Amino acid sequence: MSEIYEPPADTPETQPYWDGTREKKLMLQVCSSTGKYQYPPRAASIHDLGGPVEWREAKGTGTVYAASVHHVPGNKFMRDKVPYVVALIDLEEGMRVMSNVVNCPPDDVRVGMKVKVTWKDLPDGRALPMFEPA
Amino acid sequence: MGANAENIRGKAAIVGAADIVSPTGQLDKSCRELEMQAIREALDDAGLSLSDVDGLLVAGGSQMAALETAAYLGIEPTYIDSSMTGGSSYEIHVEHAMNAVAHGHCEVAVSVYAATPRSAGGRFGRGGGGDPFRPNPVREFEMPYGVALPIGSYALAASRHMAEIGTTSEQLAQIAVSTRAWAGKNPRARHRDPITVDDVISSQMMCSPLHKLDCCLVVDGAGAIVVTTAERAKDLKKPPVYCLGAGTGATHMNITGMPDLTVTPGVLSGPAAFERAGIKPSDVDLLMSYDSFTITVLLSLEDLGFCKKGEGGAFVEDGKLGPGGALPTNTNGGGLSYCHPGMYGMFLLVEATKQIRGDAEDRQVDGVDIAVAHGSGGVLSAMSTVVLGSEATL
Repeated sequence: MSEIYEPPADTPETQPYWDGTREKKLMLQVCSSTGKYQYPPRAASIHDLGGPVEWREAKGTGTVYAASVHHVPGNKFMRDKVPYVVALIDLEEGMRVMSNVVNCPPDDVRVGMKVKVTWKDLPDGRALPMFEPA
Repeated sequence: MGANAENIRGKAAIVGAADIVSPTGQLDKSCRELEMQAIREALDDAGLSLSDVDGLLVAGGSQMAALETAAYLGIEPTYIDSSMTGGSSYEIHVEHAMNAVAHGHCEVAVSVYAATPRSAGGRFGRGGGGDPFRPNPVREFEMPYGVALPIGSYALAASRHMAEIGTTSEQLAQIAVSTRAWAGKNPRARHRDPITVDDVISSQMMCSPLHKLDCCLVVDGAGAIVVTTAERAKDLKKPPVYCLGAGTGATHMNITGMPDLTVTPGVLSGPAAFERAGIKPSDVDLLMSYDSFTITVLLSLEDLGFCKKGEGGAFVEDGKLGPGGALPTNTNGGGLSYCHPGMYGMFLLVEATKQIRGDAEDRQVDGVDIAVAHGSGGVLSAMSTVVLGSEATL
């Protein structure tokens, strides 16, 4: 058993996202005809239903929208990591993502706090985007 | 309501209701056996038998849940429904069943639920399920961060409500305290000893800001309800509990997709149900509001219009949800203290039915003519509101 949860990436629509993480790039999906972002990645646009999508690198900055210090682990891979912060981050581009806020004491994380992306390597060469105080 | 929607207010009624729970939290039977027992008790309650049943509604277990259960029972229904939205499935079942019987698609519809998470020694859903051939945003974009499911998602909603509005842990705790006071009057409740706000706040912090006593139970339970036409209901054993209106709303699947963590799909389901029933929140004598966590109740009170958005904390803190309070809520002791096997919506309907009939024993609220059962499923994802009434409301 690996010591870290390895997210599945077994559908083509999310592959560019995970490929981006290999170069520490946070990739977001954009509707080709309307220019609107969508998250999570999908097979086609929801803004121009069924229409083409393209990928754009996010700036990697955002604001904490909500945060919970987990004193109980959410899964077996997190048993030795409590307490840790699960947060929803509003990216500058307008999309909301879930992540961990790291590199600061868990209880210091506040709603409204400015954060920037940092990366945690996965065993297979991908990386998980996390956030730290900006 | 669509402008041309036909109003079926009062054309269907709940005529049988039963739930099976134990103060030990454990039931020593299989889910299939519990389903049979629950259906038998609900049909007995109505004065009907299995051969009268021509509609069946079942949520979860398999993709063809109602079909499997029908085959297991050996019945041949003409109306079948496996709608599954988690804990709100049973309010949705009433919405569907009342329409089905009102329009002649069947005459006697049964919705049934049984789950034994405690006896199984495990916990219920951890959010990682789903079709392996389709993308699963929970597994791919939430579980890597260790979000505890479902509590972590609700904790995020509570975090946002506190930061944006100023709601306090003490206010959330009061919901658990009021609900426990009701449980004290119910000999079948899992936990009956009174608790204080301090008890809740000093209980183990699980996922901030939610403490252990902000969370529902994980215990075994089963239940069933019987819905038929108002006409047929008149000749049955107990006073009919009329279906006055129902509404449903869904805004997201996982918490990352929830547009605004302080606003639930109750803003869709509640007003729709109330409009169809021709009532307003101040007409409600009893509220059965899904309490997976204390925050679930607080959000629902605001979104159903019992108070304004942002005023839920102040609304609950005087104990008005508890015995003797202005808005008796979750009088069976709720998912927090009575029973919560995973999809608790069934128990909301059973208690509302008993209260309208005057069958709620020591916890009976005086003069319940209008009761609301408000179910929540997923992680505040899909909500369904059912307005029930006594004969006086017709």
